[in-house]
This record gives sequence, structure tokens and C-alpha cells, in this order.
Amino acid sequence: MKPDGLRAQIEALFYEYADAIDEDRIEEWPEFFVEQGVYKIVSRQNFDRGLPLATMLCESKGMMKDRVNAIRNLSMYAPRYFRHLIANVRVKSETAEGIAVQSNYAVMQTLVDGETRVFNAGRCVDQIVREGDFLKFKSRLCIYDTIVIPNSLIYPL
Amino acid sequence: MDVDGRAGSQRRALKQWPAEGVTRVPYWVYTDPEIYELETKRIFEGGSWNYVGLEAELPHPGDFRMSHVGPRPVIACRTNQGAISVLPNRCAHRGVQFCRSGFGNTTEFTCPYHQWTYNLYGKLVGAPFRKGVQGKGGMPPDFAPNEHGLPVLAVARRNGVIFAAFGESPPPIEEYIGPKMLPYFDRVFDGRALRVLGYSKQRIPSNWKLMFENIKDPYHASLLHVFLVTFGLFRADQPSETRMDTTGMHSVLVSSRGEQKGNAATAEMKSFRGDLKLNDSRLLDPVREYPGKATVVMQTLWPNLIVQQQTNTLATRQIVPRGPREFDLAWTFFGYADDTAAMTTRRLRQANLMGPAGFVSIDDSEVMQFSQQGISQDSSGAGFLEMGGRGTGDEDHMVTEAAIRAFYTHYRRVMKL
Repeated sequence: MKPDGLRAQIEALFYEYADAIDEDRIEEWPEFFVEQGVYKIVSRQNFDRGLPLATMLCESKGMMKDRVNAIRNLSMYAPRYFRHLIANVRVKSETAEGIAVQSNYAVMQTLVDGETRVFNAGRCVDQIVREGDFLKFKSRLCIYDTIVIPNSLIYPL
Repeated sequence: MDVDGRAGSQRRALKQWPAEGVTRVPYWVYTDPEIYELETKRIFEGGSWNYVGLEAELPHPGDFRMSHVGPRPVIACRTNQGAISVLPNRCAHRGVQFCRSGFGNTTEFTCPYHQWTYNLYGKLVGAPFRKGVQGKGGMPPDFAPNEHGLPVLAVARRNGVIFAAFGESPPPIEEYIGPKMLPYFDRVFDGRALRVLGYSKQRIPSNWKLMFENIKDPYHASLLHVFLVTFGLFRADQPSETRMDTTGMHSVLVSSRGEQKGNAATAEMKSFRGDLKLNDSRLLDPVREYPGKATVVMQTLWPNLIVQQQTNTLATRQIVPRGPREFDLAWTFFGYADDTAAMTTRRLRQANLMGPAGFVSIDDSEVMQFSQQGISQDSSGAGFLEMGGRGTGDEDHMVTEAAIRAFYTHYRRVMKL
């Protein structure tokens, strides 16, 4: 696989992932991960200081499904839209362990009766593996610059 | 003068607390800029111990962190003698907010504008060109550096928790927290060294008092929070207590974990889901770690601190007001230095319940926004608080708004309203 071809595949994965969240198909979100996949949202402040706290932590597809269930059925929040913009996608390495990828993101949030605002910006540090014909996240770490979160973080980034 | 007088009396009339007393909370306390200014002076700067941080955040001499007392930025420092100093983050020269790093280590602070330099005790140790340049300019001969230091805050510490106060020093911290509330405080802060696990911060578009009301309101928890109710983490049919100190300024909500089993009480709770199961039960996996039956103690300490012990997730929540309609909630999650790796992992997993993305706390931050929006529609209304009667005393249950009434009893006294 030529590097450019691999990057195109990874970008396609990122865009599909973002689309599932942005287009309210959140049930599909855990399916982008392997069974024991790890998803973490960590503030840049904690990350830079080596502090382990995550703002959102899922250590398996099961925990991601629990998060989806909370979003769909359990939590109380004002309806909103997310919109991802993804850029600076770089393949850092490709080994037997997987493909290490970094990218930048900005997520716009629109409360349905409000304005559109940049809600969160940061970078993703990913480990991606092949599962059959698909690329899947083994781990996805979102490190956000937006240390003060505007009220609540409902959806995964 | 006549005009001023009339405007004054009109204002007083608008801000007349309802005759029913603390069973009503007038909506203008959540919206009025003058009330907010008064709160800043009388509550946050008026002889109260404000939480500013944990000693575990400042282990070495010269370590500092930025924090707030009420809305005002301050810097907490570990001095060379191992003590803690708290300095206002405002240069004594021209008011520049000079410290720009959240955390760091230094021997002194230098304002970038004219390089006035202060040591960790707030003493002015340098002011360039004080004696002029080539015989010209300079400060007047009577300039006394010791009169231009930073006005340091009073500091109190208890079991690793740091408090600070502007102006007059409040009574000793043990007396301030009081004999009734102190055992609850010491339950989590029992003298063991703490380990900070990390921080979260959210900007909530509501008045800061709504946050306190939320943690003094066990009534809502059994109705709003599916997670607490379903998994029996905090529910009205479980053994519970609502306790206040003698003034009403501090309070605790205490409860013991129950089971995910339906009964007559849960039948009234729409949020009880008997069939809800976690796909990955490691998210909860509670372990008893404190003596006694209580598995959750939520303490509110006037005027800016919530101490959270829900199962194995521990945090301080610091309230930083930003005007009448907005505040920051700064969470510091922690454990103990002697925690096993398994306990640290458990705390980090249970942290999913709390913070800006918390399974429980999302409901609260969202509903506070809704509250502020509703209240702001027309400030002439008032909240109705008669659940559990009209009193302000302790209760052995959750079906009460007594702790909110107690809070406003103290609030009215301090605010002279």
C-alpha cells in the first residue's frame, strides 16, 4: 500500500466516524472500535502534566455502548448538533502493532435554538488496526485544548 | 436628590424578599448585577474561607497554582518555609494580572509590564528605575517598597486542603466549618496524603447559587438522575440524612447505597429503570472504603466548595462566579497517595459519573442552564421551596428542601436582604 493510499483509507475512516456522530447515528460509534478498544477524552492540561484523569473514558466496546445508551435514553440535556472538521492527518508509523495516526479536529456545537460555536478543538492520537476488510480503532485519544468546556460534553468527540 | 431618593426606594421595593421568608427565593437574586456585586463584597470577600486548592498540588518549595477567591484570581504558593501563601494575581503598580500559568515553580513573580517583582510572600523585591536613570526620573525619595507589596490573603489549612480569605481573617477553619460539619470533612480529608488524578472545568450558564442549591437538594436526585436512581447510588427510599451546621451555611447530604430493585418508592420515580444493565460493569464496581454505613457524602462549604464522595469517586468542586448569569465549575479529582493501582483505576472509571461529561452531572449542568433561562424570563417571580415543610433543621430523609432554606437563611443574614 502506498502511503497516500493508506492515508486516504484512514481519512475515510475518520470521515465516516465523524458522520456517525454528526448525523445522529451514535449507535454506530462503538462499531468503529475493536472489541477491547479504548476511547479517552483528556484535557491538554491533564495530558501535559501526566495526570491520568479522562473527561470521558471507555475501556471496551461495552463501555462505549453504555455511553451510547446514556446519550440516547438516560441523560437529560438540551438537544444539539455536533459538526466535526478534521485536518492535518498524518500517519506516524505502521508496525505489526498497528498504524499510529495523528490528526487535528474542531467540533462545532449548535444548540437547536442557539448559535453555532466552536465547542472543542484538539488533536487525536490513534492506534488503528485492520479487522478483516476494515480499519478499526484500537485506541483513540482525544486531547482537547478547550480546557473550559462550555457547559456539558454530551457526545464523544 | 428627590430623584435619587425615589430610585432608591423603588430599588428597595423591587428587592424586597417575599414575606413568606426562605420558602420563597426571589428570582432577582439570580439575575441582578447589583446583587452580584454585593455578593462579591459580602460573601466572597467578607470574612469567609474560600477553597483555593490542595496541598498535594504544591509539594515543593516554589510550586504555585492559579486559583480564585470568589471571582478574583489568586495564586497559591508553597513558600520556602513549607507554608502556603495566597497572593492576589494583580500587580500593586497598575493592576496587571501578571501570572499567566495555571501551575509552575518559581522563586518570584515578575509583572511583565514594568517588571515589578514580588517574592513568594508577596513582598515587593524589585521595581526597575526606582532611583532613575542617569540621575533622571525615578520614584519619589519617600517611595517605600514595603508599602507596595501584594496584599496577601489570610490562609488556613486542614488535612491538606487550602483556604484563603480577603480582608479580615475569619475564625479558625475548624470553628468556621463547625463541630457538626467537621467530621464529614475529615471523613474524606482524614490526614492521609492525597494524590491529584486530574482536573476538569466547565462554564455553566447559570447563577453560582444554583450549583449550591443543586447539592443541597436531595429531592431532585431521585427524579432527575437515572444513574443514581437505577443503580441505587442515591435514592429517596434509602437510609439518608440532610444535615446543616447551626448557621445553615454548610450542609451535607448523606446516603447509603441500595439495590437495583423496584419497590413502592421507585414506582413513583420515572427515572428508575429496573431492566437497565451495564454492558461493562467495571464502570461501577464499588468498594467500601470509609467506616460507617454511608456510601455517599456530598458536602457544601460556604461560599465556594463542594466536596464529593460518591462511592469511590472523590473530587473538590470549586465554584468561580463570573457575573450573575455564569460560573465556572473547577473539578479536582483525587485519591490517596497510598491507593493501590486497582483503586486508582476504579476511581478513574467512576469519574465517568462526574464532570462535564458525567453520567450524573450532565443532568445537573443542563438543568441549571434551563433554570437560569426560566428565571431570566421575568425576575419578579420566586422559587417555591416547601418540600419537607418550612423548617431549616436536619432531616433523616431526602424528601426535603430544608438545606436550601437553611442556605438562604444565612444568605439573607450576610447580604442584609
